[in-house]
Amino acid sequence: MGMWQFRIFPAISMLLLGALPVLAQHEYTESEIEAGKAQYAINCVRCHGPDGDNITNADIGHGKSRRATTDAEFVALIREGISGTRMVAFPNINEQNAQTIVAYLRSMASTANAAASLPPGDVARGKTIFEGKGGCRTCHRVGDQGSRTGPDLSQIGAQRRVVELHRSILEPDAEIIPANRFLRIVTKDGSALTGKLLNQDSFTVQILDVKDEKLKSFSKSNLREYTFVSNSPMPSYKDKLSTQELSDLISYLASLKGQAN
Amino acid sequence: MRRINLRHMLFVVLTATGSLYAQVSNDRILRAAQEPQNWLTHHGNYNSQRYSTLSQIAPDNVKNLELQWLFQARSLEKFEATPLVVDGIIYTVQAPNDIVALDAATGRLFWTYSHTPDPAARPCCGRVNRGLAILGDTLFMATIDARLIAVDAKSGRPLWDVAVAKPESGYAMTLAPLVVKDKVIVGTAGGEYGIRGFLAAYDAKTGKEVWRFYTIPGPGEPGHETWPSQNNAWEHGGASVWVTGSYDPDLNLTYWGIGNPGPDWNGDERNGDNLYSCSVVALDADTGKLKWYYQFSPHDEFDYDSTQVPVLADMQWKGSPRKVMLWANRNGFFYVLDRATGQFLLGKPFVEVNWASGFDEKGRPQRVPGMVPTAQGTSILPGNQGGTNWYNPSYSPKTGLFYIPTWANYSSLYVKQPEDYVEGRPFRGGTPRPTTPNGIRSTVNNYAKEDEGYGAIRAIDPHTGEMKWQFKMTDVTDAGVLTTASNLLFSGGREGYFYALDARDGKLLWKFPVGGRVVAGPMTFSSAGRQYVSIAAGNSLFTFALKQ
Repeated sequence: MGMWQFRIFPAISMLLLGALPVLAQHEYTESEIEAGKAQYAINCVRCHGPDGDNITNADIGHGKSRRATTDAEFVALIREGISGTRMVAFPNINEQNAQTIVAYLRSMASTANAAASLPPGDVARGKTIFEGKGGCRTCHRVGDQGSRTGPDLSQIGAQRRVVELHRSILEPDAEIIPANRFLRIVTKDGSALTGKLLNQDSFTVQILDVKDEKLKSFSKSNLREYTFVSNSPMPSYKDKLSTQELSDLISYLASLKGQAN
Repeated sequence: MRRINLRHMLFVVLTATGSLYAQVSNDRILRAAQEPQNWLTHHGNYNSQRYSTLSQIAPDNVKNLELQWLFQARSLEKFEATPLVVDGIIYTVQAPNDIVALDAATGRLFWTYSHTPDPAARPCCGRVNRGLAILGDTLFMATIDARLIAVDAKSGRPLWDVAVAKPESGYAMTLAPLVVKDKVIVGTAGGEYGIRGFLAAYDAKTGKEVWRFYTIPGPGEPGHETWPSQNNAWEHGGASVWVTGSYDPDLNLTYWGIGNPGPDWNGDERNGDNLYSCSVVALDADTGKLKWYYQFSPHDEFDYDSTQVPVLADMQWKGSPRKVMLWANRNGFFYVLDRATGQFLLGKPFVEVNWASGFDEKGRPQRVPGMVPTAQGTSILPGNQGGTNWYNPSYSPKTGLFYIPTWANYSSLYVKQPEDYVEGRPFRGGTPRPTTPNGIRSTVNNYAKEDEGYGAIRAIDPHTGEMKWQFKMTDVTDAGVLTTASNLLFSGGREGYFYALDARDGKLLWKFPVGGRVVAGPMTFSSAGRQYVSIAAGNSLFTFALKQ
């Protein structure tokens, strides 16, 4: 468990430490947790879900695994798997990387309830907010509805933790992953446009135009200007939604796991 | 008289055409620069300048280059090999260890020799191979399961096959061998598995080992005192060799860059300078005895392998002719050494560096306090892949400039962790992390900003270390550089272009979208009076020539 978590969530951490004897064997650094997050996203999230609780009786995100308690047991379980179950061995994950996954799981246990101060959310009400008051479909797509210019949220509940969704809605600039960057482009004839960056190289750039959702490729030699948009185009919903509405919206997003909605 | 004249004429004809089919003698390799139609060694010739005197393709016509043929490898691995060209035949390696012989003008296949590596092979960073060596009619390949194999160049038939080291202990070979006289020299990779690295020379005819130089000195040998006396860290201290060295026939010295000490990112159990890790060693080519060494990064904890190409040049140095060695190191500094003695002549950063502030009078780097891996992580410039790495630079005697494939604005967060050595298992002692926002950059789509790191070709004046120009790319590069007497520079990058620059000012003259990243060095040759340029990219070997 990293120092960062202790500073931010001291009360929660102490509570969890008292309640769950399975927590960290030693302190993890912030960078170990970050590395573990990346490893988890590559290797684990598909089955275990973003909060580690997709599989009944194997809530690895909250220290409730029946098979492993200590860090060493978790590492062995990751690398050797559990015979007779769907938990296959990951020998390609070396011991250090497995250790970082454990670090991330421990940190997950301490932060999973950071959004727990919210009242229980309602998925159906959240969907209404998403499609109505929130205006989310102006930029985001779910299934075959909505714009393609923002991140597609059809599977966001399988990719992001509740605590991350909470932060993204209130502080959209806090973390913009590179694949969600936007560019402002001005061509030599003076036409200006903004687009989601899809790819670039030394000579060309590929975008999805925000206005008409067309895929466009430009030769850089034909551009007068080519700059990254520094902030997220998404507004903060901090003062736009009530606490209940926020919880409903998060519940809806967390329910989006790739099925038709 | 008539019969004698006919015999004489026949002899003359055979002699005249003989070079087309002659064996690759030592003499030919020594004079490789005099037959630029061929590419007889991995780096073109013994000085490893990757410079060709061919000049049919020039700045004013390079725009007329067009693809002549491409060879698609039956492999999805990185294509890192630089081919050899011998009298109209291209020899290269399809990963992991298949030798192919192709017609240089058409790309058509003559034969394939396929080696199936031992499943125990565990190369750290891809099942790759960087090329071959040739002597007489025999090709030599070092394999990822640490074998050295000799193959008949006409038929592809194996002649001998010897074990160099144990793959189950983490030894591997990915480099092209170097032939010197009657010996084939190779070195062992495995620096991330706690090997004890070595260079070894084998008899080209029999495969019998002739000499061995351990890159970590044993007890009683000079340099052993740079490893702790209270433990056996030296026995598994890495110091691998995975890039082909150079040779100076006048000095009879062969030069090799040595890799990082292990564990990579935690030096707690290996106090001391850890010779000859992160060094260049100059060995007597006949005996393997050490003549001199220079250590670029004493007690390295940043994975700054010194497995770069030792580029040999003869130039005026402060008013006197001098045999020098030019070296852009993974640690971010450009060096000039006297290659007869190892004397340090110049050291200057060619990228941003924060782990050292300069050098003492002997050329030892002056460390910046606190710039070491820690449990929390320390941000170090350049990052773990270095300011440059194994991909070959080039020196053009024509322009007098040294060209470096460069990673700029690039750092890593070095995190140290404890690690015990277990034979055959990774032995790294931590993990470097990206310092750029949101972690690892995509290897397919490129969303990066310039301040998150970019690739470049940087042209350096070797007399001063000053950058004369740079050609920037939006993505980093793993591509080598070729220069020619017509002032052309060829290179590529991860973006999937192969391009030509004006070597004098870095101006882009031509580019071709090869559709896959370039992780190899270009080379040039000629056949039937026509100059070709070849580059491996993606999973194919591309060959270009001027439009006819």
